[in-house]
Amino acid sequence: MEILHGIFIDPFITMYELPDLLVQVLWEGFVAGTLYSLIALGFVLIFKASGVFNFAQGIIVVFGALSLVGLHSLGIPAFVALFLCIGIMFALAWLVEFTVLRRLVNQDPIILFMATIGLNYFLIGFGEGVFGGEPKTMITAELGLPTGAFDFDILGGLVSLQQIDITAAVTAGVMVGGLAVFFNKTRIGRGLRAVADDHQAAQSVGISLNHIWIVVWFAAGIVALATGVMWGARSDVSFALSIVALKALPVLILGGFTSISGAIVGGLIIGISEKMAEFYWGPLVGGSIESWFPYFLALLFLWFRPQGLFGEKIIERV
Amino acid sequence: MLMKKLALGAGVAALVGASVLADTQPVQAEDSLYIPLTTYRTGPFAGSGTPIANGLHDYFTMLNERDGGIGGVKLDVEECETGYNAQKGVECYEGTKGKGALVYNPYSTGITLQLIPKAPVDQIPILSMGYGLSATAVGEKFPWTFNVPATYWSQLSAIIKHIDTEDGVKGKKIGYIYLDVGYGREPIPLLDELAAEMGFEVVKIPVGVKEMQNQSSHWLQVRKERPDWMIMWGWGAMNPTAIKEAVKVRFPMDKFVGVWWSGGNVDLRPAGASAKGYKSTNFHGTGTGFKAIQDIMEHVVSKGKSQADPENVGDNYYNRGVMNAVIVAEAIRTAQKITGKSVITGADMREGLEHLDLTEARIAELGLSGFANPMKVTCEDHAGAHPIYIQQWDGAGWHKASDWITPMVDKVRPKLEKAAEDWVADKPDWQMGSC
Repeated sequence: MEILHGIFIDPFITMYELPDLLVQVLWEGFVAGTLYSLIALGFVLIFKASGVFNFAQGIIVVFGALSLVGLHSLGIPAFVALFLCIGIMFALAWLVEFTVLRRLVNQDPIILFMATIGLNYFLIGFGEGVFGGEPKTMITAELGLPTGAFDFDILGGLVSLQQIDITAAVTAGVMVGGLAVFFNKTRIGRGLRAVADDHQAAQSVGISLNHIWIVVWFAAGIVALATGVMWGARSDVSFALSIVALKALPVLILGGFTSISGAIVGGLIIGISEKMAEFYWGPLVGGSIESWFPYFLALLFLWFRPQGLFGEKIIERV
Repeated sequence: MLMKKLALGAGVAALVGASVLADTQPVQAEDSLYIPLTTYRTGPFAGSGTPIANGLHDYFTMLNERDGGIGGVKLDVEECETGYNAQKGVECYEGTKGKGALVYNPYSTGITLQLIPKAPVDQIPILSMGYGLSATAVGEKFPWTFNVPATYWSQLSAIIKHIDTEDGVKGKKIGYIYLDVGYGREPIPLLDELAAEMGFEVVKIPVGVKEMQNQSSHWLQVRKERPDWMIMWGWGAMNPTAIKEAVKVRFPMDKFVGVWWSGGNVDLRPAGASAKGYKSTNFHGTGTGFKAIQDIMEHVVSKGKSQADPENVGDNYYNRGVMNAVIVAEAIRTAQKITGKSVITGADMREGLEHLDLTEARIAELGLSGFANPMKVTCEDHAGAHPIYIQQWDGAGWHKASDWITPMVDKVRPKLEKAAEDWVADKPDWQMGSC
């Protein structure tokens, strides 16, 4: 009886009695969710273009952020370093296409997946060799990112919105929106959709598979760089960030591997629900449920929609 | 420089995944003292592991450069990367133990737990300096494992004493945020016991490894519970995130005390001045104002033989590595004295550790006056419950914020003995010592 009370009554009483904390939890979940969406978007773009789950997306987040901090530590001004990092992301996209993807055209998706695992380990070793394994402090002030907080004495308490969180949410929103427009309304976007449907058919109508792959990996790299900067500013820039990036997995299960809208909605659902679960229901079981709750939620969704919320239903005729 | 690093990066990348290196190394020369170091300069815990590895490595290198080793025998130091992963730690152990290893410093309670049963079989002692398993302080039950200068339980009791002195613990609420692994859970039984005895309430907030950099909901829990004090048992990427989140929820930093593994400069730098007032425990000095550290600068760092950035020499975790190396070096000297041999074995090293006696005078001779409190290990007590102190972050560095605090030996020792008894109870073949 006590357990049932703890699950169905107490959390809602707490929400009612401490509405400022409810708003704060929702806000924290929203910010985390937008960043999860951004990470998931990187996975979705590559999956749409090549039908492969890019295992290396998490480490690209770290690599992007480390490149920025590393270049700045050499005395390069922050915005020049940022511009150079965009160049590094392009070079990485080109290298991946030239050395890996081009040689694996028409191979089974599992082969491409294995290749991204290899890429993941290469980037870990390369990154640690160049930048060292120690965490770095994100150059937040140098990039002009705000660090204060907006405090609101409302709802009988305090709701505090960190300016860096607002910036992260806005940046994520703008990037997601921009990429959605780019891939839905432009010629390259149509090319991407064609490639996603059928590599050979797309090639037969003159769409360059190689170019599309470079564009998509570059876009995923930019998304990763933005995520690394924002999350790095919230904590620090270390290889542990790649663990956070794996939170995109339940987002993808929930939203579907092929849907940009799914990545956005899935990210927000996961972000908000995991914070709510940890804060209101976590103490019932000793806490630390945030690590597994998103997967549990994603599995629940899978029961009802195996293709995810927005994923395409695949019908294979025998 | 950048090209060199890029080339190095490519080389390292090419080697990632290869785990056969240790087995292919030649057997060490017989006229050296072989010290394998299970370190981690990569992965989510590299922030804590790298400066410690540098401190260890640099002190041993300094002894080689300045003194020609110990007792006329050069030290042969080999690092093996564990990534704070117990499985890799065991691989490192198995790959190096046959080279005449004198002692292992696991730097992970998880790895220590794996090596405890192996130590008596291979006759190589484990030095788990200031970390788990607490019960190994009972020398009779764990003759091959040492955790000088204090166990986690001693340390926790000293933190509670500090809070009691500052604020009085009776009737207070104390939050305990910890990395949700064996290391973070180890102090909980004592914390619960002290809470019942001393009349304070405990709120436990575990942080999973996957959530180390994602702690906003944990700290909102802190805001909801409004504890009077917070204690942290964090490591690696957990520490800087927790400190930033504490600042974010405006927890009073002078009432936030970290274990000595949550007090690295690297942990505080991201929060910088906003974390002013944060406290952590310690058992050695920080900074470069010690002759031995100056010798490291002269013989190692300035000659380009260190991996440490010169600016980071003297940081807390760097000096932690130096302290660890000092204990190892002194144990080697003691073993050489006891056995009359200059090249010793793991079994001799065990004797050296068990008779370690770092007196005030000896610490001064080592060029470390004021760096550490005297330490003594006995056959019965492999930790020693030595006093610790509280240091405080001033926005840019650490300064001492308390006198030396003696742990609650009367409360901790019986608990250690009970835990040691329980540990060996279901191991009928366990090799115990006699004191």
